[in-house]
Amino acid sequence: MTVTASFRWREPSILPGFGLALGVTVTALSLIVLIPLTGLFAKAAGAGPADIWAVATSPRTLAALRLSFAGALVAALVNTVFGLILAWVLVRYEFPGRRLIDAAVDLPFALPTAVAGISLAAIYAPNGWVGSWLAPLAFRVTIPFTDIAFGFDGKVAYTPLGVMVALIFIGLPFVVRTVQPVLEELQGDVEEAAALLGASRLRTVFCVVLPPVLPALLTGFVLAFARAVGEYGSVIFIAGNIPMVSEIAPLLIVIRLEQFDYAGAAVMAAMMLLISFALILAVNLVQAKARRRYGDV
Amino acid sequence: MSDATLPTAAAPARRETGRARRESRRVQFVLIAVSLAFLLFFLLLPLATVFVEAAARGWEAYRAAITEPDALAAVRLTLLVAAIAVPFNTIVGIAAAWAIAKFEFRGKNLLISLIDLPFSVSPVIAGLVFVLLFGAQGYFGSWLQAHGVKIVFALPGLILATVFVTFPFVARELIPHMQSLGSADEEAALTLGASPWRTFLTVTLPNVKWSLFYGILLCNARAMGEFGAVAVVSGKIRGETNTMPLHVEILYNEYMGPAAFAVASLLAGLALVTLVLKTLLEWHYGDAIAASRRH
Repeated sequence: MTVTASFRWREPSILPGFGLALGVTVTALSLIVLIPLTGLFAKAAGAGPADIWAVATSPRTLAALRLSFAGALVAALVNTVFGLILAWVLVRYEFPGRRLIDAAVDLPFALPTAVAGISLAAIYAPNGWVGSWLAPLAFRVTIPFTDIAFGFDGKVAYTPLGVMVALIFIGLPFVVRTVQPVLEELQGDVEEAAALLGASRLRTVFCVVLPPVLPALLTGFVLAFARAVGEYGSVIFIAGNIPMVSEIAPLLIVIRLEQFDYAGAAVMAAMMLLISFALILAVNLVQAKARRRYGDV
Repeated sequence: MSDATLPTAAAPARRETGRARRESRRVQFVLIAVSLAFLLFFLLLPLATVFVEAAARGWEAYRAAITEPDALAAVRLTLLVAAIAVPFNTIVGIAAAWAIAKFEFRGKNLLISLIDLPFSVSPVIAGLVFVLLFGAQGYFGSWLQAHGVKIVFALPGLILATVFVTFPFVARELIPHMQSLGSADEEAALTLGASPWRTFLTVTLPNVKWSLFYGILLCNARAMGEFGAVAVVSGKIRGETNTMPLHVEILYNEYMGPAAFAVASLLAGLALVTLVLKTLLEWHYGDAIAASRRH
């Protein structure tokens, strides 16, 4: 029995500069990203179990985390639906201004979040261009024999709905940009075969065209969600920032920091990071499964 | 006989396949209308509002808002921070792309994930980590204070926070492009006797220049527009540690809407220039950049 001692941590290559390039990368990554993030977790852990528990279970913390994660989830779902429609329209249809619109989709990547924030607040405020049209649409429905009621009080800005408007704005390009290239590369033959075999258009789209797009759609969803969870600049202007109602988690971190509650800020930040990483990891596992099934797209 | 009937039987089938990949005109119209309406409310109205509100009080007020000393100081500071953070991330991005695209080594996927990590960290947390390290109560706070070095609430903090949030931009544009190009050109140059630096400067860099420029463009847009991370480390001292986005916030919170939108319009102009350049790059050098857009 021969065991070849072939452990190599790098394949040989005639190209130079591996040590320098990797050294620069790892040094910069450690100093800028890894060591500071480790410091954050150390600070959070150093707060002691009683303090961590107090911060983690305070109603204000939980309300802020709930708003950030639920708001990001809703915004990412909205962006998934509209992003898919947008990508479809941009790839498959010809209409005037198509290329201009294609370019405009990336605006949220380029526009500073504070600019987007004050602008969205101005539009969706009760006296704004859109906000003033929404006020008369207020309604309230109570389900008979229960206390469950839902409705829309005509306000978007300075409510949790405003938070979602901002999160939809900043997450908008992700799904379009991940789905678009996959749609462009789809071969038409399977689709034609489905149609010739008698499938309706709707059935062809949902059973033949969309399944291979699913992994890309999921990637776009995750990117939009991850961005929305931590978003700060575009949200704080339109949210109204009422504690327990429209106060997002990143804002509560800033407030704790301004009160010199470093440990509290660190604990909350560590909670946010751990929840985000766990969710992203879970989705990546689901996605690996989807990729195995539908090929590498 | 069957030969004669075949063409006529195939003809309608072919017309059918042309239609098979298309929806009815009505469905097309509805989907386009839905897309346009969505973009109108979430993209175009916000952009238009910036310029409309900025112009609301007339040219004189606009000029005054963007030429007052605090606004000019904010513009200068924003340019300074970007002028340091963007070249730093460009150099590190090139180094990372060289190591990852040209070599096979263990832990490569982990390294790629770690480079992308700042994308999943809230900007506020990106600022917070530096306050925890260098702030008055931070790990190095008392040492820095004793030696009279200011990092948080000063320029170094702004730069560190900006470098953190823009860390992945150049690397993630370069890596897929360099991977798709392979190493054959560099191997040929080295075999012909070119020095390593000459190979890099005259073979590698020209090959990837457009995706590099694309990455720098996006990195710069984010560096100049960053809000959350710098808001935490800046302390918002007017005329000193206030970048343009922070100046917009202060004006807005002081109910100086038109002035806030005037400064915001400069940033929106920067975003539009970025978008135009980016689109031109995609149209002309799509092949180089397509590699990086597809991952």
